Amino acid sequence: MTFTSSHLLGLEGLSRAELEYLLDSAESFREISDREIKKVPTLRGKTVVALFFEASTRTRTSFEIAAKRLSADFVSISAESSSVTKGETLLDTARNIAAMQPDCLVVRHPRAGAPHFLARYVPCPVINAGDGAHEHPTQALLDLLTIRNKRGRIAGLEVAIVGDILHSRVTRSNVHALRTMGARVRLIGPPTLLPPAMAAWGDVYYDLKSGLRGVDVVMMLRLQRERQGANFMPSLDEYSRYYCLTREALASASPDAIVLHPGPINRGIEISSEVADGHASVILDQVFNGVAVRMSILYLLSGRHRAVAEERRVG
Amino acid sequence: MSQAGALLITGGTVIDPVNDRTGPFDVLVRDGRIVAVEAPGRIEAAADRVDAAGCWVTPGLIDMHVHLREPGYEYKETVATGTLSAVAGGFTAVACMANTKPVNDSAAVTEFILDRARIAGLARVHPIGALSVNLAGRELAEIGEMFEAGIVAISDDGMPVADGSLMRRALEYAQIFDIPVIVHEEDPQLAGDGVMHEGGTCHHLGLRGMPAAAEEAMLARDLALLQQTGGRLHVAHISTAGSIRLLREAKLRGLMVTAEVTPHHFALTDDAVRDYDTNAKMKPPLRQQSDVDVVIEALRDGIIDAIATDHAPHHRDEKDVEFDAAAFGIVGLETSLPLALKLVREADLDPVTLVRAMSVNPARILGLEAGSLAVGMPADITVIDPNHAWTVDLEGLRSKSKNSPFGGWPMVGAARMTIVGGRILWPREGEK
Repeated sequence: MTFTSSHLLGLEGLSRAELEYLLDSAESFREISDREIKKVPTLRGKTVVALFFEASTRTRTSFEIAAKRLSADFVSISAESSSVTKGETLLDTARNIAAMQPDCLVVRHPRAGAPHFLARYVPCPVINAGDGAHEHPTQALLDLLTIRNKRGRIAGLEVAIVGDILHSRVTRSNVHALRTMGARVRLIGPPTLLPPAMAAWGDVYYDLKSGLRGVDVVMMLRLQRERQGANFMPSLDEYSRYYCLTREALASASPDAIVLHPGPINRGIEISSEVADGHASVILDQVFNGVAVRMSILYLLSGRHRAVAEERRVG
Repeated sequence: MSQAGALLITGGTVIDPVNDRTGPFDVLVRDGRIVAVEAPGRIEAAADRVDAAGCWVTPGLIDMHVHLREPGYEYKETVATGTLSAVAGGFTAVACMANTKPVNDSAAVTEFILDRARIAGLARVHPIGALSVNLAGRELAEIGEMFEAGIVAISDDGMPVADGSLMRRALEYAQIFDIPVIVHEEDPQLAGDGVMHEGGTCHHLGLRGMPAAAEEAMLARDLALLQQTGGRLHVAHISTAGSIRLLREAKLRGLMVTAEVTPHHFALTDDAVRDYDTNAKMKPPLRQQSDVDVVIEALRDGIIDAIATDHAPHHRDEKDVEFDAAAFGIVGLETSLPLALKLVREADLDPVTLVRAMSVNPARILGLEAGSLAVGMPADITVIDPNHAWTVDLEGLRSKSKNSPFGGWPMVGAARMTIVGGRILWPREGEK
């Protein structure tokens, strides 16, 4: 089994075999980050362009390190510095970047579907680094890799995702991947951030402690502070009163449960410091695995692009 | 082009619900009016013959909800291109909404639109005046002045009337002129910055939803007002099962309420938004199958009075963008009839009901001298070939804009001929 798509726009629709292949491939890249000289020549001469229409430090840096460890040239463009602020359309941005012949495009955009739109117009592979409230596939892959490493498997695990489910692209990618891999998903959050239609994705709980009962994995979501102005909750204080992962709340999970968070964390709002820094937390393992996942995806997609380009030349 | 001479339409099946006439008849037209409708072969007259064998001969189709974009947005559509699109789709008349630039909230703009229509010389154009000045939802527009210039209804379509007391006054005041108040039912707060129907698909795609309740809550308000004020309320593009329930109940109580549905709301569901197709983005949004089923049933029952397209041309630059950034609305004049005929074939819609929904009822609601093939009526006639198979080619649309989700769809049925005031305006010479 291999991974045959030309882009990584989302995890929805990927088969279990494809996901396993992606995880195995990422696993093989982990070791490079532990070497003294953390660089291989695999993508030498390739250009990876990161197009970030939304602020991000962690994801962009992770992609940059991943690209550089593979010896690719990495160019990062952020919305603030780009012509977007001068009124250029996404279509024109796409055409211009395509004309510069990148080998891979990494896109973060506040609008759902924007990477899909770009993928229709650029000739190179597109990696979705987060599109609105839609998907964030490399985040979910690094979550799954972390879970697999820590718990030895994914199938059969009970996984609780907690927080702002409605606006979370991390949730969507994880729900698709976890369910495909055979895990059971629970969704926990206030009804304002967890509409009834989402019950199709997992068991819904409005109460944190009962939702966490016996789970093997707790996946906390970052709460965007601007949600409180829109009446999704009366205040951050009241949110944390009911949905903050404290040591006490975590006690209802399985004794060997692990805690994930995509970061950056709001200490004391969705997660207490004791939990974030405690023995159950695998948050920094996630960050470590993120580089391996992104190296693997860059390798698989840019490598394919080269093969296709060479075929075209020969043909 | 045949000037208003004599035309004899022979061999077709007449469907004329107002005069309770369905079957083989010949129709004679002279000087722009219908002068005889008789059993086949009975009419002896010197006239150009139109062979309608295998076709339906119906009162001219009327699309009571279009946006012609002129004045102000001529890059999207003009009165000339919009009315060409209309006749190509079988429509002899259209009613156009007021959201032009400047807004049609004065006699001057109404007269301008009617002038452009006269110059174009294609489908008849019936302007709809703004309900409020500049569609701002604050004070009533000068409805009487516009009525004298030729408007047939008032509406702030596209800009829901959030202020209940303004809606009340509009319903009261419009009774002087006996014209309907046409409402775009959408609670602006509930709809928020949603871009599609709120349901499973929007959560899947990570797009913001507009709940069905945004339409239903506003309709409930307006029906309660109508009960109090009297007058006539016409519900534009009704789209949810809950709205149909409210409409059905209001009609049972005898309220003077009518409603239209668009072809896209009975032909598509929110599933069409998958892949972020911006040509599936409109207001109200495409709903779920359970809504579509109820809408079709209500159309069959006559609870929904009319089929109207909400023809909303947009330039490709306004659609070829991210889904969130795309304009709301699609063109519809050239795909409406075949989509309605699809219901005749697949959902037991009676052809007589189709003619009521696409001609008789729009004429009745707007008070037009149309919708009937009675002797003496203006000769606005559509000859429909219900079996003509074709494929929608967006670039071939006569509308200036091509924003339709039906590109590439195989269709069965089309207007063979569109006759307005006794003149054959479709097909044009050299076309079809």
